Amino acid sequence: MADHLLEVRDLSVEFHTVAGTVKAVQNVSWHLDRGETLAILGESGSGKSVSASAVMNLIDMPPGKITSGTILLNGRDMLSMTAEERRRVNGAKIAMIFQDPLAHLNPVYTVGWQIAEMVTTHGGARAKADARALELLRRVGVPEPEVAMRKYPHQFSGGQRQRLMIAMALACKPDILIADEPTTALDVTVQAQVLELLQELQQETGMGLLLITHDLGVVAEIADRVVVMNGGCIVETGDAAAVYANPQHPYTRKLIDAAPGKGAMPEERDRSGQPLLLAQNLQKHYGGFHALKGVNLTIMPGETVAVVGESGSGKSTLARAILRLDDPDAGRVMYQGRDLMAMTPRELFGCRRDLQMVFQDPTQSLNPRMTVYQLISEAWVIHPEILPKNQWRDRVAELLVKVGLRADMAGRYPHQFSGGQRQRIAIARALAMEPKLIVCDEAVSALDVSIQAQVIELLDGLRREFGLSYLFIAHDLPVVRDFADRVIVMKAGQIVEEGSVRQIFEDPREPYTRALLAASLDPDPQVQAARRTARQEEGLIPA
Amino acid sequence: MTDTRTISEPKPKGRAAQWLAMLWADKFAFFAALFLLIAVLCAIFGPMLLGDLATKQNLRGRNAAPFDLERGWVFFLGADALGRPLLARIIVAAQNTLMVAAGAVFFSAIIGCGLGLVAGYSRKRSAQWIMRLGDVIMSFPSLLLAVIVLYMLEPSIANIVLVLAITRIPIYLRTTRAETLEVRERMFVQAAKVMGASHKRIVFRHILPVVFPTLVTIATLDFAFVMLAESSLSFLGIGIQAPDITWGLMVSQGRPYLTNAWWLSFWPGLAIILTTLSLNLLSNWLRIALDPTQRWRLEMGGRKNG
Repeated sequence: MADHLLEVRDLSVEFHTVAGTVKAVQNVSWHLDRGETLAILGESGSGKSVSASAVMNLIDMPPGKITSGTILLNGRDMLSMTAEERRRVNGAKIAMIFQDPLAHLNPVYTVGWQIAEMVTTHGGARAKADARALELLRRVGVPEPEVAMRKYPHQFSGGQRQRLMIAMALACKPDILIADEPTTALDVTVQAQVLELLQELQQETGMGLLLITHDLGVVAEIADRVVVMNGGCIVETGDAAAVYANPQHPYTRKLIDAAPGKGAMPEERDRSGQPLLLAQNLQKHYGGFHALKGVNLTIMPGETVAVVGESGSGKSTLARAILRLDDPDAGRVMYQGRDLMAMTPRELFGCRRDLQMVFQDPTQSLNPRMTVYQLISEAWVIHPEILPKNQWRDRVAELLVKVGLRADMAGRYPHQFSGGQRQRIAIARALAMEPKLIVCDEAVSALDVSIQAQVIELLDGLRREFGLSYLFIAHDLPVVRDFADRVIVMKAGQIVEEGSVRQIFEDPREPYTRALLAASLDPDPQVQAARRTARQEEGLIPA
Repeated sequence: MTDTRTISEPKPKGRAAQWLAMLWADKFAFFAALFLLIAVLCAIFGPMLLGDLATKQNLRGRNAAPFDLERGWVFFLGADALGRPLLARIIVAAQNTLMVAAGAVFFSAIIGCGLGLVAGYSRKRSAQWIMRLGDVIMSFPSLLLAVIVLYMLEPSIANIVLVLAITRIPIYLRTTRAETLEVRERMFVQAAKVMGASHKRIVFRHILPVVFPTLVTIATLDFAFVMLAESSLSFLGIGIQAPDITWGLMVSQGRPYLTNAWWLSFWPGLAIILTTLSLNLLSNWLRIALDPTQRWRLEMGGRKNG
């Protein structure tokens, strides 16, 4: 059998922690050939990044330990190489790009210098390195490469920074490029561009691309073969299209089912009567930046309104303005016919109960020094009229059960829960107020797909049970599709399009909405392939 | 509603035992706490029991060498330039020393932290005034301030505490403000605002507990600084005056004899070092014990993973 470009055989990695030995991956085997794209798909904690870290020699040992297996690069065992040899391989033969490019670019050097450094560390001459850096910047599509050479990382946008990272990774013409969640932090339209760039570069250079991701859509867009991981083990491996069409393992099936955007869309509702919340002509400036340019919004009782937009579109500013976390510069917000902006602090305090918020990152929105009981009961400390103190304990238990946790978890601290569980606690805290409207600011974006589906289901159930309204802010259109009644698409502080879910998804009027829909990735490789060809024909690649 | 009774709230029962177990888990902190307990007991009962002995001069025993039990156990650490037993003096001096240091640290920490919280949390103009006030105190030589104040008022323990407390306020003020500015923007503070929490509740329930461990660490480090500052004031003749004694004063009194009688300065110096070291170890332990995400290190028993 011919040697693969990169092969991992029976790799097992353990980490020694105080809580005992954690088996990060067990008997993992995969291989990567020239010109091929292999995706490792898994949710957080599945061990999908560990084998790539082992390839790059990035595992801290101790506490980590490779207990078994071999890693073969062109048939040579990498684990028996000396540290010096490994260093020569890293960067030159195998390069890596990461999720957060800003964290991996040094803020005090110009990007030109940093790309050139990759060449000089591996023995290139300075002048040649500079020329190569310029060539690379031009290749990855950074505008005005000569000027960009002398700029610093913070002067670029997120998508451009990822392009810079790719340029750095390609500096030494590696045989293998490992991309660890390369587009997770990017907007959908930018994600599509970066993935396209990766594909083009791969075709040009014939390198092997190893892609680590949690996103079925990314797999569908770019991968030839896929390795599905769960709990440190490979559960399924095979051709990407075949795995999607015919998943063998129950976990793969569950993952595919959890992908949003497949359910029935809700019917249009009657929107007459007094709105629960009405925002008119909201304006907000941050210094010279015009974040909200006259936004209007209506939420009826029991209705879910989704606000979708890319980063910087002003959707979070809108939520904060409505809740008066940041007062807008102009405009009115009417809650049940009363102007929130004109209220005295005392009147506003009374309304706080009815308007609650669930934040994006539950790790940060829950005070780490309070127990779950304290977190939830804080609502009643602040608003004592809701519940007499002797019923607090029972009510906390009841709420915990309602959001799918156990009543005996009340004495624990937030760090003892997983991300999805923490978001449930945050929802229970919002429910403790018995609100009428819950603003969800990217409330499911930080969660794994299967957890995301569960949390949405929970929110949906609560809506039916309590007649809640939601203002649901998201950057991802498919998430919104099954859940919202109305969708508002925002761009650069303005509403681009507003309509019922059916209208937005089936008959989008504005080009931007269409671009957004086209850029969001479908988990089905065939759908994705069809879209790709359609995009190339139409030239409908959003700028 | 069936399983509401299994709920396990942290029970008040055994809270003290739990803390003691956590203290025992960190042996360094345990002995530090023990040492501090002894020091405090010395401070409380020392002057009562050994007050006369510590001031009785005995010129024949001038600079008596340590580790000599012939003269009795109080002379075990030697005697000073006037033949007074060092051990007794250290025990008696513990009262003034700890009172001045603890008083100064306590008041500067309380005032500095309070002003820092206001300066960090409020967006009003007054926040700026607080910071400029801190700058003024910092830019004014603290010793000069002490000399002026103590020249006008008479040198007494209360006045020394006052002067030292004022000069140390900016340390806490700046740290608290900086941390408050950061914590104020955290999501859980925003979440509390959405719930309608009052400013008081946000500051004391959500911000202060996060800032607190840093302040405790600074306060313990400052403890040593204040002890030495007090001794330099005493050296200038405007601090504690003989026959009252403090450890810092004993160190400076022993300085002329360093070449031939090292023990005069060494033992009180050691007392200062041990006290601050103990406080430091204990504050380190407290920082871990107060943090729910770190507490397992102590509850697991022992420092396995450092």
